[in-house]
Amino acid sequence: MTALLRTEGIKKSFGGVHALNGAAIEVEEGTVAGLIGPNGSGKTTLFNVITGYERPDEGQVYFDDRVLTNAAPDKVFAAGIGRTFQLTRIFARLTVLENMLVAAQTKDRPRNLLAWFGRDAWTHQRRHAMELLQFVGIERHADVLAGSLSYGQRKLLELAYVLVADPRVILLDEPAGGVNPTLVNHIADRIRELNSRGKTFLVVEHNMEFVMGLCSTITVLESGAVAASGPPQLIRTDKRVLDAYLGADLEEDPR
Amino acid sequence: MTAQSAAPALALDGIVAGYGGGDVLRGVTFDVPEGSITCVVGPNGAGKSTLMRVISGLLRPRAGTVTLFGEKLSGRSPRAILKMGVVQVPQNHSLFKDMTVRENIDLGGYTLSDRALVTKRMDAVFDMFPQVKDWERMKAGELSGGQQRLVEFARALMLEPRLILLDEPSMGLSPMVLRSVFDAARAMNDNGATMLLVEQNARAGLKLSHHGVVMENGIVRLSGTGREVLEHPEIGELYLGGAVKSSS
Repeated sequence: MTALLRTEGIKKSFGGVHALNGAAIEVEEGTVAGLIGPNGSGKTTLFNVITGYERPDEGQVYFDDRVLTNAAPDKVFAAGIGRTFQLTRIFARLTVLENMLVAAQTKDRPRNLLAWFGRDAWTHQRRHAMELLQFVGIERHADVLAGSLSYGQRKLLELAYVLVADPRVILLDEPAGGVNPTLVNHIADRIRELNSRGKTFLVVEHNMEFVMGLCSTITVLESGAVAASGPPQLIRTDKRVLDAYLGADLEEDPR
Repeated sequence: MTAQSAAPALALDGIVAGYGGGDVLRGVTFDVPEGSITCVVGPNGAGKSTLMRVISGLLRPRAGTVTLFGEKLSGRSPRAILKMGVVQVPQNHSLFKDMTVRENIDLGGYTLSDRALVTKRMDAVFDMFPQVKDWERMKAGELSGGQQRLVEFARALMLEPRLILLDEPSMGLSPMVLRSVFDAARAMNDNGATMLLVEQNARAGLKLSHHGVVMENGIVRLSGTGREVLEHPEIGELYLGGAVKSSS
């Protein structure tokens, strides 16, 4: 089986800092893959490279066996890769439903003006949006301003927002970050449900319980390169991984 | 009265604190003995930064008390806490980049009205960090990240603090530069400074420190000497949610 999404030898520097130094990951179709690593290890930069927000200095991104390197964010999205952001990006002064309809517009380009303003298309989009809001569990907030949602609810809105376009792979940047434990479980449950319907995920997350419970494979980044990769039960007992988290030893004692 | 051991420099007792609806700290208790370096480590979201905000007075705890040499500190304003002798070196670089190094250090003593005392303290600080003296006429913004950290340390010493809070001093520094910054921290401690350090590089931070505290999910999970904590078998579980086997 070849990976649906994979990167090879990605390098990316900002000034003199090597954010990514040969990062290679593989995400098999139909899996939930995890990407972990200490702060500054390059997780978000790798997300940005995959989704076209950053151009890598070297290396390739492949999606469905096609080269996707350096494609613009909208092209990446159109190819079937959706993402959420660490700090949610929603339109705070639009209602929750309006946010969803914005997502629908970017997905369904009008074939003609009639279709754009057509009643059928509009009701279809609304119905679809409400279904997705119901799926993530915030349908009762459809008519409130998105800015008034709690942080956890915004994360759910972002997930629903990404689902509008029905991408094949969804990249989630810290879906459980800053969210209360009950909601963390709910988010994990929604991801599992989507996965059981065939969605593929790549998840960056610091909450170990969440990531270990959810993902079938985990890749660990350290200083922009892969320190380890494998199933959670191996990762959580891997000394190299702990070393990555505990940081560099300043007094290398040569033995 | 019977003889009693002196109060610790800093004592945290049952601290509960958070933002909005949730508690980030859920009952944190530990001491920082006078003259020690105590290091707090823990995975992301453990509550380390929130703890710093409570001690420096930026966040009021919902329950529990913080005392400095037996005197209650919690509930006071950041300014009052500074006056009590608690100085923080923040995580992000905090120098005024367009001002000279000397001007920046001078600002460290802005609460002192006695100019002669400011000059005397500055000389003492320069004695301790001669390299900082070499940079005194340079603009702070022209220094590297590690050099700026040393200037921040020097500035913190201007008030002869009774407790120095170091929030992630390793942030953004390469291992080589980090070593010189940690050497400077050790030098301050050798000179008598009591320090509480919050550090992401757990290994380096714990090795520097006399005492180590591992926080996870808002509570203290492990404490002991720096080395005991670092070598504790449970530390892997706290960071990765699993017991770590040695692969060597």
